[in-house]
Amino acid sequence: MIPDTYLYILLGMGIVTYVPRWLPLVFLSNRRLPEWFEQWLDLIPAAILSALILPILITAGEPRHLDLLRPELFVAVPTLLFAVKTRSLAGTVVVGMLLFWLAGIFI
Amino acid sequence: MHPETHTDHWAGILKDGVIGAWPICLGYLPIGLAFGVIAQKAGLSPLEIGLMSVLVYAGSAQFIAVSMLSAGAGLIPIVLTTFMVNLRHLLMSSSLATSMHNLGTGRLSLFAYGVTDESFALNSAKFRGGRWDWRRALVLNHTANLAWIASTVAGGFGGEFIPAGAFGIDYALVAMFLCLLIFQLRGMLYVIVGIIAGALAVAIALLIPGNSYIVIASVIAAALGVVIRRARPFPRAEGQS
Repeated sequence: MIPDTYLYILLGMGIVTYVPRWLPLVFLSNRRLPEWFEQWLDLIPAAILSALILPILITAGEPRHLDLLRPELFVAVPTLLFAVKTRSLAGTVVVGMLLFWLAGIFI
Repeated sequence: MHPETHTDHWAGILKDGVIGAWPICLGYLPIGLAFGVIAQKAGLSPLEIGLMSVLVYAGSAQFIAVSMLSAGAGLIPIVLTTFMVNLRHLLMSSSLATSMHNLGTGRLSLFAYGVTDESFALNSAKFRGGRWDWRRALVLNHTANLAWIASTVAGGFGGEFIPAGAFGIDYALVAMFLCLLIFQLRGMLYVIVGIIAGALAVAIALLIPGNSYIVIASVIAAALGVVIRRARPFPRAEGQS
């Protein structure tokens, strides 16, 4: 089932994964960037985190559809409140896991 | 050698980086084990699984590659799909580049290997919070990398080891992302950009299969943020990390 070309597939996958990780670091660091570009990059982490997380919370299935009844979403609300209140990463991870575990048992 | 901070002892750097990586390691454990189990069922040996985790080191792309391998797909389709799935790192590395100062190509190349969604999110917050540098970030990257390699190989030996859903471990990365998102919301503009990015991501995710929604939504939302900022300067909340 696994083709003889497996190693070449891995090398190909490795190269196309590494290059996008590598290019911007080498070409953008140690360089003065235009102000608008700096401002844009400054907003990227907030944008990416939100774009990563929201679809996980409120969409499900294949093909994806909206689903507002997921435990992921219910648990996110108190977890977010805890993060806002304490600003503790460790605490938030532990509380989120605990609530998700409890949700799995009781819901 | 660069005249860098001599006050930092290597042991302290190592400790900070390894300890900093724990939420990622915790989160990678169940995903890595699950990947190992699936890959083993698809016919890969633990060695072949470990090799993929070392050479590629990208969670979702590895899952997709294994399912494509089982479906009999060849080199070109798998590599192209991997490229599409991992293109989002271009954005993350661009953002991280603003935190890298006076580093040579060699060090940057070493650092680039460990850029994942999780390490990007965590390192971004830590750079912002201060008392963080590229060495600590590098240790964090490679600690997470080791956790990924080890858990995928362990899964490849055929063990889930952790019962499904145990201790809510599947939620570790979601909770980490939620908290890191809060850390990034350092003022009204960031909140607005976050809301736009989230709404766009959901809309695009519902319309287009795959994960291109991450890049498209982030690029547009951050661009709109720059436009809003230039039209109406927001006061920035300083001192928050």
